[in-house]
This record gives sequence, structure tokens and C-alpha cells, in this order.
Amino acid sequence: MAAPLDLSVYVRRRDGTAHIELAVEGVACGACIRKIESSLKALPGILEARLNFANRRLAVDWRDGALDPARVIETLDRIGYPAHPFRPERAEIEEARRAAWLMRCLAVAGFAAVNIMLLSVSVWSGNVTDMTPETRDFFHWLSALIALPAAAYAGQPFFRSAVAALRARRLNMDVPISLGVCLALAMSLAETIGHAPHAYFDSAVMLLFFLLCGRYLEHAMRRKTRAVAGNLAALKAETAHRIDAGGEIVMVPAAALVAGDRLLVRPGERVAADGVVLTGHSEIDESLVTGETDRRAVAAGAMIYAGATNFSGALTMRVTAAGTGTLIDEVERLLERAVASRSRYRRLADRASRFYAPMVHATAAATALGWLAAGASLHDAVVTAIAVLIITCPCALALAIPAVQVVASGALFRRGIILNAGDAIERLAEADTVVFDKTGTLTLPEPRVANAHEIDPALLALAARLALASRHPLAAAVAREARDRRPVEGATEEPGQGVRAVVDGAEARLGSPAFCGLDGAAAAAAPGPSLIACSHAGRHALLAVRQQLRADAAQVAQALAARGLDIRIMSGDRPEAVAPVAEALGVARWNGAMKPADKIAVIGALAASDCRVLMVGDGINDAPALAAAHVSLSPITAAQIAQAQADALFLGERLAPVLDAVTIARRAHRLMRQNLWLAVVYNAIAVPVAIAGLATPLVAALAMSGSSLMVTLNALRAAKRDARRPPADDAAVLAPRPRPA
Amino acid sequence: MNVLVYLVPAALGLGLIGLVAFLWSLKSGQYDDMEGAALRMLSDDDLDADA
Repeated sequence: MAAPLDLSVYVRRRDGTAHIELAVEGVACGACIRKIESSLKALPGILEARLNFANRRLAVDWRDGALDPARVIETLDRIGYPAHPFRPERAEIEEARRAAWLMRCLAVAGFAAVNIMLLSVSVWSGNVTDMTPETRDFFHWLSALIALPAAAYAGQPFFRSAVAALRARRLNMDVPISLGVCLALAMSLAETIGHAPHAYFDSAVMLLFFLLCGRYLEHAMRRKTRAVAGNLAALKAETAHRIDAGGEIVMVPAAALVAGDRLLVRPGERVAADGVVLTGHSEIDESLVTGETDRRAVAAGAMIYAGATNFSGALTMRVTAAGTGTLIDEVERLLERAVASRSRYRRLADRASRFYAPMVHATAAATALGWLAAGASLHDAVVTAIAVLIITCPCALALAIPAVQVVASGALFRRGIILNAGDAIERLAEADTVVFDKTGTLTLPEPRVANAHEIDPALLALAARLALASRHPLAAAVAREARDRRPVEGATEEPGQGVRAVVDGAEARLGSPAFCGLDGAAAAAAPGPSLIACSHAGRHALLAVRQQLRADAAQVAQALAARGLDIRIMSGDRPEAVAPVAEALGVARWNGAMKPADKIAVIGALAASDCRVLMVGDGINDAPALAAAHVSLSPITAAQIAQAQADALFLGERLAPVLDAVTIARRAHRLMRQNLWLAVVYNAIAVPVAIAGLATPLVAALAMSGSSLMVTLNALRAAKRDARRPPADDAAVLAPRPRPA
Repeated sequence: MNVLVYLVPAALGLGLIGLVAFLWSLKSGQYDDMEGAALRMLSDDDLDADA
């Protein structure tokens, strides 16, 4: 019997209308949109249901009180679209607002750029033919009329950032950009008033347009990955059985739990919050918490942590805030220290602009002084100096890195890697040491049948179908072997023993070795893995269930080593459990039984000996190490606190994304440096021309668009596909297949 | 020359109308779901309602 689901945390109410957002799985085509929307609109009280196909989110409005939101989810489930309630993060809302603002700026800059260019081309051709000075002045005034308000509006993203940087007494790329644009506009206005033949309105506005294109694309890419990450978080969001004051059991999302709530945790369920056991005895699997694969026995009074899986008996627990001296408390303390002591990474673009901005400004000043010394008028000297500033305005430089970043994060996204941090690509490229956690990172997060290939396929298939009838976590591992996903009919579960059913006239059993009469064989088998027995009509088998290495772990480790990375393993598990994994991967340096503080200490020592560490881990115990490392990766199955620290997440059951991430990041980093050099070469040619006073508006326009185009085209090479491996399907990333339960 | 005095501003005015129309469509959320819009166009829901 399913307990009623309480969704009130996700519902937003306004003026008698209630609103909920859901992340929907399995949306594949246009027909799905209609099916979902029409079946929801058939429910009483629904005002509006609209599916956003691009990010697979559904917004539902209904008259408050007329409908239980759980019915919306039930309806969707029945027509084959599992839906998960969703609360948009504040960061995501903020980014959506910023994207809309950038788009408005881009539209204004685009409008202004094309119209001013129209007028400018007329002036350029008029200057060499028979245009009257009055017509030229008229066109210049019209250009000013468009350019000044457009730049005041569309330049804001740069002006604000430049002002913020100057206030903090720093220089960033936006300082020379803002200065160049403002001076170009001011000088052009002065020239227009003085009836001069040249004005640079077109250069200033075109510059803004190009740069806004880069900013917007960068932002759009980040938003896309963030939306996917948000959906995945909603898909993973756990529910808990809360025991209300009256003793009634209500299912609530884990996000709604508060300290003091009493919860029921049945066997096979995940613990949804940290707390103290009130009643019951059980064994819990804490591999996601500590990396330890041996189960821990718990009884009343024991502290248990979110992320542990309950194995044998039902428990009731009280949710508590982390107390002092607990594991979570220690992890949080270490985390704070790790974050505080981490030096802020200085991005390549910031490092470049620290050299660039003073150099450009000094060159412009020297130009003005030089011309004055050579006897030019003050007006001519200033105009030439400003022309230097305009032509060196770092259009190519400002696009050089974002363009590569956009293309590279798109390539990573197609491979199932979701970036959390903007500068993760640069840091990934610099990594020279990889530290892997074992449990859940090198191994699959859920246990599998290790000796499946040694077992009679017919018997294994029967065992898997029997296992589908059980809720025991070990049975779930066996059930994963099932091709035929129908449970055996009439199967009965004997708690703590196993499952039995009559199949083809003979009794079939799946459960503990004692339950199947295989005690002797089990005792003879090697210790270590958990054993499950299966018997049917005289045939029997022992299934060894344990956490298995990811299928491509050894290959990935070899490939990483071949790329010159030093590979290590640091696990919270017992050394005896780590040794075989290290041997299988050919890793010589490994440690077992590491506490979170030990992991940080090793990473600190590596950093002190000038190693750039890439930490790959998933457990709560890995979170401080992930934060302390130069750059970090987590599988999507990782604990929430670990995911929050990781610079990027990877999807799927393979380890290959770690290799892809390093490969793509290194290629991207190479292209970024190439692009910076391209910008330097461009400046080496353009600056002398400007200093000589030959940079007319036409030359400036050609030089700027030419160099921007060059770095953008070069950036596209970051997406170069590996012919050997097909990329993961984009749509599959957006709407992951439901995992077999 | 005289003809430019009103034709060029007229051309700019038309462009401005286009810009305002784009900003309006952006504000009213028409670009929120580009993929969905492409698929919704193919659905025959509206015809069913008439029949």
C-alpha cells in the first residue's frame, strides 16, 4: 500500500491559483506534448498545463483546493511519463533573468550595428566620390543618434563589470573594452560637431555586438547544462515516510524534512536524512557515506546518515541536525577549512588582461605624446591615440576564451559531462595527478552479481525473476540481471530468509544459503562477497553479490596513464577490499581506510609538491577532498554534498567520461592559448598601423571583424569529434531512461 | 539630398518597429521553448476542437 504523497513544499500559491513545476521523464516527440497536456487538462480544477519541450519541464496551474497535486503525478505516471516535483533554484532563476537581459542588449546592439553600418558604408563610398559635406554631417548625426542611446543600453554588461572591477582595484577585460567604447563614442561626437570626415560610431557599436554575441552564447550554454543538472537532481530527489503525530504515515519529499520529524525506514530504502535510530535493529550499507562496503549493524540510539541503505529490518528514526562529533559534522568542518584555504584560481583570461590593459593604455599615451613631440596638433595626436585604443580594443582577446569554452562545454555535454564551474575546463587541462575514490567511483554504485557468467543462464534468469518479487537490496542486485522483467507469479517472501514460488511444478527458492540448503557450499566459498543462493528442481547455484568495477575502468586508467597522468586510489574502505581493485587497474599507489581528514592531508601534500590534483569521488567522506583538489569530478550518483563541491558531474555507468573530460579540456586549453596568440599577432600588425595614424574607420571595422571571425573559427575546432567513439545521444542526456527498479 | 532627409529616418523607423516587435516577442516568452514550438505546429488539436 502506498502512503499518500504530500507535495506542499513544491506548490506555490497566488490569488487562489496553485502552481507546481515538474521535471518529466520519457518525453521524446511532439505527440508526447499533446498527450501530457490534454490528459492533465481533463482533470477537474486544472487551469493550465504547459510542457516546455526544450528542458522537459511541465508547469501546472490549478484552482487552489480543487485538486491534490499528487493526482497530477499519478495521472502522468499512468500514461507513462514519470514526473518529479521540482523547485527552481534561485541561481537558475537569476540566470534566466540575466540571459533575457543579455538578449535584449544583443538585440539593441544588433539593430544599431546594422543601421550605423548602412550609414557608414555610404559615408566611406561618399568620401571617395562626390558626397557633399552636408550629407556626410547628416549621416554622422544620424549615426550618433542611434549609437549613443544604443551603447548606453547595450554596453551595460561591460560597464557594470568594469566599474565593479575598478572598485575592487583590479583590472579585467571589461575595463579596456568600456574605455575603448566610451572614448570612441566621445571622439566621434566631437569630430561630428567639428564637421570632420571620419567618425567611429560603427566600430564602437559593432564591437559591442560581437562581444555580446560571445557573452550570450557562453551564458546560454551554462544555462542549458544547469537545467539538465536541475532535472537530474529532481529525478534523484528522495522521498521519506514520515510518521505524523497521529501515527499516520505520509510520504514526503526529503527536501521537506525538518529536525524532529519521525521517519519510518523500511528494508531496501535509502535513509533520507541524518538522524538517530529510535526503534528497530538492522544492518545498513554506508558505502555512499564512508566508502566502507561492509554493512554496519545499528540499533536504537545509533546515528545514521542520509545516503545509507537500510538492509534487513524496519527502523524508525528521528531527524536531527548534525551534532558535534558526528561524521557529518567533521566533514562539514573540513569542508569549510578546505574552501577557505583554496586559493582563488586566476583564469587565463584574467591573467591575459592583467598584462594587456596596462600595455594598451601605455601604448595609446605614448602615441599621443609621440605625435605631439613630432609637432602634430593636439587634436590630431588625441585622435590618433584614441584610434589606437579602438583598434586594440580586445575584441578578439575577449572572444578568444569564451568561444572555446562554449564549444568545449558543448562537446563535454554530448559526452555526458555537466560542468558546474566556469573555469573547470582550464583547471582540468592542467591536472597531472588523478586521485580516485574506490566505492561508487571506480566501482558501480550498486552491487551486481559478480559471477553471472559462471551460472547456468536458465537458472540465473529464474533467480532474477524471483528477485523482482523481493524488496531486499541484495535481491535488487540479482534483479538487475533480468531480461524478462515480469516477476514470478505467486512468489512469497519470507522476511529475512528469501523468496519462494512454484515454477514448472517444482519449488524454486532464492535467498540466504541456509534457506536453499546450501550452507556447506557457502562456507566453502571464499569470504568477502555477500552470497545469495538459488535452487530449483535439483539445480542450484551460489550468486556472489558485490560492487563491481565499472566495465571500462582498467582501460580508462591505462589511457590516463598513457597521457602522463599519475594515478592514485584513496578509499575509505578496508585495505583488503582496495588491494584487488588497485591490482586490476595496475595502480601502484593506493591507500585504504582513509578518513576524510587523511584524504585532504594527502591532497595537500601533493599540492605542496606542485602536483595539480584531479579528484574523482562520490561519497560524503570525499566532499572535503573534492573541495581541496585543484579540480574535481563526481558521478551523478554521488551524495549531494559531494556533487555540490565537484567542478563537473558525469553520467552513466562507464568511467570513460573522466578520460573524455581530460582529453577535451586539454584540447580546449591548447586552442585558448592559440587564440590568445592569434590576438597578439593581430595586434602586432594593427597597432603600428594605428600609431602611424592610418587607422580609418574602414580599416578599424575590417580589422576587428576579421580578427573576431578568426578566433571564433579556430574555437570551433574544440568540438572535433573522436571518430572511434560515438558521442552519447543528446536527447538521452536530457531525458535519462528510467533505471530498472 | 532632400529626399534623404525623410527617407533615411523612415527606414530607421521601420527598423525600430522590428526591434520593438522582437523585444515584445522576447518578453512574452515566445523564445522559451524553441523545440516545443516546432513540434506543436504539427499537432492537429485545433482541428479536433472545431469538428
